[in-house]
Amino acid sequence: MDSESYDVLVVGGGLAGIRAAIAVVDANPLLKVGMVSKVYPMRSHTVSAEGGAAAVLRPEDSYENHAFDTIKGSDYLADQDVVEAFVREAPIEVIQMEHWGCPWSRDPDGKISARPFGGMTTWRTCFAADKTGFHMLHSVFQTSLQFKQIHRHDEAFATKLLMEDSRCVGVVAIDMRSGRFQAITAKSVILATGGLGRVYAFTTNGNICTGDGMALAYRAGVGLKDMEMVQFHPTGLPFTGILITEAVRGEGGYLLNKDGERFLKRYVPNKMELGPRDIISRAMTTEFEEGRGFEGPHGKYMHLDVRHLGEEVIDRKLPFMRELGREFVGIDIVKDPIPVRPVQHYMMGGVDADISGATPVLGLYAAGECSNVGLNGGNRLGSNSLSECLVFGAAAGRAAAEYASAAKAVGANPVDALLADETRRIEASFLDKKGGEERIGTIREELQHDMDAGAGVFRTREGLEKLTRQLGSLRDRFEKIKIEDSSRTFNTELTAALELDFMIEVSETIAYSALAREESRGAHSRRDFPERDDSKWLKHTVAFRADGAAPRLDYRDIHITNFKPQARTY
Amino acid sequence: MAEKRITIRATRFDPDRDKAPRLQSYDIPFSDESMVVLDALNHIKSHVDGSLSYRWSCRMGICGSCGMMVNGTPKLTCNAFLRDYWPRSITVEPLNNFPIVRDLVIDMEGFMQKLKSVKPWIIRKQDYPLGAGEHRQTMDQIDEFRQFSECINCMLCYAACPVYGLNNEFLGPAATALARRYNLDSRDQGLTERLPMLANSEGVWECSFVGECSVVCPKGVDPAKAIQQTKLDTTMRFVLPFGTREE
Repeated sequence: MDSESYDVLVVGGGLAGIRAAIAVVDANPLLKVGMVSKVYPMRSHTVSAEGGAAAVLRPEDSYENHAFDTIKGSDYLADQDVVEAFVREAPIEVIQMEHWGCPWSRDPDGKISARPFGGMTTWRTCFAADKTGFHMLHSVFQTSLQFKQIHRHDEAFATKLLMEDSRCVGVVAIDMRSGRFQAITAKSVILATGGLGRVYAFTTNGNICTGDGMALAYRAGVGLKDMEMVQFHPTGLPFTGILITEAVRGEGGYLLNKDGERFLKRYVPNKMELGPRDIISRAMTTEFEEGRGFEGPHGKYMHLDVRHLGEEVIDRKLPFMRELGREFVGIDIVKDPIPVRPVQHYMMGGVDADISGATPVLGLYAAGECSNVGLNGGNRLGSNSLSECLVFGAAAGRAAAEYASAAKAVGANPVDALLADETRRIEASFLDKKGGEERIGTIREELQHDMDAGAGVFRTREGLEKLTRQLGSLRDRFEKIKIEDSSRTFNTELTAALELDFMIEVSETIAYSALAREESRGAHSRRDFPERDDSKWLKHTVAFRADGAAPRLDYRDIHITNFKPQARTY
Repeated sequence: MAEKRITIRATRFDPDRDKAPRLQSYDIPFSDESMVVLDALNHIKSHVDGSLSYRWSCRMGICGSCGMMVNGTPKLTCNAFLRDYWPRSITVEPLNNFPIVRDLVIDMEGFMQKLKSVKPWIIRKQDYPLGAGEHRQTMDQIDEFRQFSECINCMLCYAACPVYGLNNEFLGPAATALARRYNLDSRDQGLTERLPMLANSEGVWECSFVGECSVVCPKGVDPAKAIQQTKLDTTMRFVLPFGTREE
């Protein structure tokens, strides 16, 4: 049997995964760390993050303020102990990234600079121009190359978690280049596979964001928490969905409707363009519905206007936005307003994990966007996610290292049998499958269209019920897919099929979790239940896999420490 | 009006079956003026031929995955617009100078080794503890290395480099630019550790200063400049008396 063995295995090579791997080495240099990623790590979607990473580094700021902003931003669905730990660790992690070479933009005194961001009451978003994720990812990846303990499996696609009794002991992965199935075992496993934006048609997320880690954990019996909480970013470019960073508004850009009006005065009068994402995306959608959006070849849009900032500020603070405008829209943002509309961007929900990244399954940890440690609740504040990847990547790394240091080695039994089973499953269902009539691309496009329509900015019972029926039907049709590629070498049709399988699964948890939550909170906005209802719904949804399409939904109280829920107005 | 269409010819190669790469032609709808070559490939894969293999992810010019030869020029296919080619057909091939894994997918393991070999991380002679806070660094000091830090590892520069085409042991443009990025960083003290790799027989002296690397870079990095500056660095090490070699 083809297998490799580590002390700790990290699945995913983005910011959270690499930070976790380095934390393992720091915690115990004798541990051998494996990293499985379906792309070369520098291709991970962290690379597309633009605006910045939040951390309390300025004397006029405080941990309490950052915690309160985050909790209020979450619409009180965040676990407050988790938020309080996060805000204390974030500055240390940002400094650590500085020591690892991240080219943070600086103030005149040479200290790390900060910019305003949505929902944050003060300047605490540290940034590297408007390519913060790119610079953080390349800095941490290049830093990781010096550690001999970290052994990478680049372009290896994880298909299943290996379970020994009730403990996670690794993954089955396909080495994409050779097509070989491998059991990669470890005493502890950290999932850091990122988001699932590709279940929507209009998303800022890259092609690789297909919810793999969430589906892997779900199938292993771990709950997916708060899956109804999907973030729509207010400013994506029409057609492509390319993200226009919130930093554009942080630096002073205006959002204008077709009458040239800063319409946010009707929705978030005290915050205007620096309101939180969920509220601004709803405001834009409402303006569209009431006929105050521009009409373009790719649907309705608003103007995001930075012309008054001037060329010098734009080139210093927002150079990538100018490049994106020029390259992808054919405009110069110094002279032209940017067309934007709300776009799926981030998943607050994810693998149920605690403050140290531990899931309820022994030996299994999760960090970054694929996880839900309780930080973001109903709505994540912009620039908290890069910091989250650092803080909780490091925490998961330390916890997984501690567990691995004491755990017993993983044996060949039952790993060999599990690998053989999984190989047979994938060969029978995909590689050796004969016939079939459904195209992967067609099912995927229908899924994305249905998710946009049924689980978007505003939801209703009718829309969500229809969505659950559509997903059930897509699940049936998926059984009849046609695979044209029988090659073992870099078979991206096979990986697309495996991804689509994951995508249908996580979409079901979104639809059913959203259908059950009969209130409006954070990014989950029900037209038929427009108010927040703390008496019934101040709790996490946890979706467990069950027989049939509908998950079993469980609920758990949120952790409240110092911040009593109050009305959320800006 | 008849539907607008465009012909895409894409390299097909499966090492398990094919002796040599060949071109396969696809006639597809050119339905939106905003379509790029990557959209065309995605249309083919989703609706015509699911077996076509290529890499892509962010489709916004930052992940560096989707570099290919487009009508003979190395390009990121996510921002190569069909309208700039139509009504001509478009030939899409894997990046030049690399072994082909499959179809449009190149083998870039060589680059991954080269990247590691130049020690692309901050090297300190004196430890700078985390508790001491951040290093102070001015925007002017960042400007010294900024452009070299913008490399997205897309490999277009290697595909354009005639020297790399003849000798794939050559360290090449991107790896040298990234070494330069750290050598110029005010926080770094690792120049002397990196110089042996940069100055060896496959290092910067192999470059004949064609400069195509800088022409094709989609991110405005100037690897040719990094190589020439590094040549100067390696010379200074030999010319200067011993006592002044350490920074």
